[in-house]
Amino acid sequence: MGVTIAEQRAEAVRLRARFLEAGAQNVDCAILQPAETLLDLYGEDIRARAYVTHDPSRGEVMLRPDFTIPVVQMHMESGAAPSRYTYCGEVFRRQEEHPERASEYFQVGYELFADDDPARADAEVFALFAETLAPHGLRAVTGDIGILASAVQALQISERRRAALMRHIWRPRRFRALLDRYSGRSPVPPSRKALLEAADPMASAGPMIGLRSEEEIAARIAALREDAAEGPLCRSQVQLIDSLLAVRETCSFALEQLHDIAVDLPGMLPAVELFERRCEALAARGVDVAALEFEASYGRTSMEYYDGFVFGFLPAQRPDLPPVATGGRYDALTARLGQGRAAPAVGGVIRPGLLLQLGSRA
Amino acid sequence: MSIKLGVPSKGRLMEKTFDWFGARGVRLTRTGSEREYSGAVDGVEGVDLVLLSAGEIPRELAAGRIHLGVTGTDLIREKLVQWDQKVEPLAELGFGQADLIVAVPACWTDVNTLDDLDAAAAAFRERHGFRMRIATKYHRLIREYLRRGGVADYQLVDSQGATEGTVKNLTAEAVADITSTGETLRANHLKVLEEEPVLRSQATLFRSRAPRLNEADRLALRTLSAKLHV
Repeated sequence: MGVTIAEQRAEAVRLRARFLEAGAQNVDCAILQPAETLLDLYGEDIRARAYVTHDPSRGEVMLRPDFTIPVVQMHMESGAAPSRYTYCGEVFRRQEEHPERASEYFQVGYELFADDDPARADAEVFALFAETLAPHGLRAVTGDIGILASAVQALQISERRRAALMRHIWRPRRFRALLDRYSGRSPVPPSRKALLEAADPMASAGPMIGLRSEEEIAARIAALREDAAEGPLCRSQVQLIDSLLAVRETCSFALEQLHDIAVDLPGMLPAVELFERRCEALAARGVDVAALEFEASYGRTSMEYYDGFVFGFLPAQRPDLPPVATGGRYDALTARLGQGRAAPAVGGVIRPGLLLQLGSRA
Repeated sequence: MSIKLGVPSKGRLMEKTFDWFGARGVRLTRTGSEREYSGAVDGVEGVDLVLLSAGEIPRELAAGRIHLGVTGTDLIREKLVQWDQKVEPLAELGFGQADLIVAVPACWTDVNTLDDLDAAAAAFRERHGFRMRIATKYHRLIREYLRRGGVADYQLVDSQGATEGTVKNLTAEAVADITSTGETLRANHLKVLEEEPVLRSQATLFRSRAPRLNEADRLALRTLSAKLHV
């Protein structure tokens, strides 16, 4: 702590100048954002992380928890031509679990919308952040949610199970619980067993109340019966996912390991090849790929709109502090906000307040 | 100065609290007219009785405006962020037991676990175009519980009373509330999920960690604690 808002702002402006030099156009967005969009994207959890307030005519509004979503909306409305944007300003986060952390702080961002070559775009953003942050001695970590997603797409399972796994890709514990259930590693709860065996499951249901209809209940029971008939997911397939999630190496070695896994799961090869092209593009921009860390499970818990490349810059000497910079690719988010129209995008943010805090202690 | 003891101002919770203290030689009484919220403490020096709504006791303890207080664990956990840094539980009083639970319509024969609830919520959202509504007044506790349980595609709707009726009235699909016997739930055709409750609550005596005490107050608190064996 001890960094004033004025100091944060000055540092934010300095960093933004760097992003303007890199060819980005300066944008800004309202602090009060409609709550509906954010609630729709993140669900109830966002209420624990953002400040929700009430406006007599607009209904629920939120103090912006980040810039990415309004910047995407603005870009989609403007016609979605390839663009680079930068911004700086305060964001607001509730800190229920960590009251010692800042609930109001600056972010400086860089967002690149380009639909030609994703590997090159990923490398451009990462290299810009690496260069900008170079003097601070941070530890860079990268990952790729797209590789895990492609592995799930390649599993030999029913579409229903695949959809459930995809839905929980950002919730590691739930994802694990689903895998355990599908592979028979966790037992079927007695109530489920009884339900599946019942000749008429609705016999003792009592009166129908609420909005969820009898037909919806019957549809789910039918789905559960189909699922039970499908049989267990092969253990070897679960092991492939396990070894994929355990990949934690420098990029060069990670690439080798992922190629090995893709031998048994050929469907994930395109994602691995994209990773390979990204490594080449990073090297072409002067990033030392042989030393850059890659963790296959990085970014699964806190960055739920990222669906491809992800990265973070962490203060190695201060594990108590959050990452100084984070970013990644969020193609699916643009598709959801663009109502069908997508605009492939990758970007990231730096927290100038944390940079100053680290600097003042050095 | 004196030690301030906060006690629920009405009903069975107040009576049972008075009984609990009385059994340990500390007589708590209401003074003045039936409607006046003031009280007295006999049997120990330097302690004042403050009658408050049970729901306000957590806040008053956290602020250090009362030194001791009797309220439910559920209210402490819901209302105080990092509750264990603000108050210390001294004794469970053995009454006011209730579990905070999640309940769904009994006719949902396909939903018995959190896992089921999550799957049903996903299908519900697809069908109805909005996230499944769970009525509660315990927003923080339930949100955290469902997050840990990996439930997505739900929303909490605020319900400060008659929560069990919200499903029938079509303002919610499920509820999360305190129950002791489950009778109200059954009467409203609801069933509790087969999971550990979100929280097991009972009336508890808490000590505030906030105030710095002078010598006389420290002595009064020590004497009271010794009498109560806490």
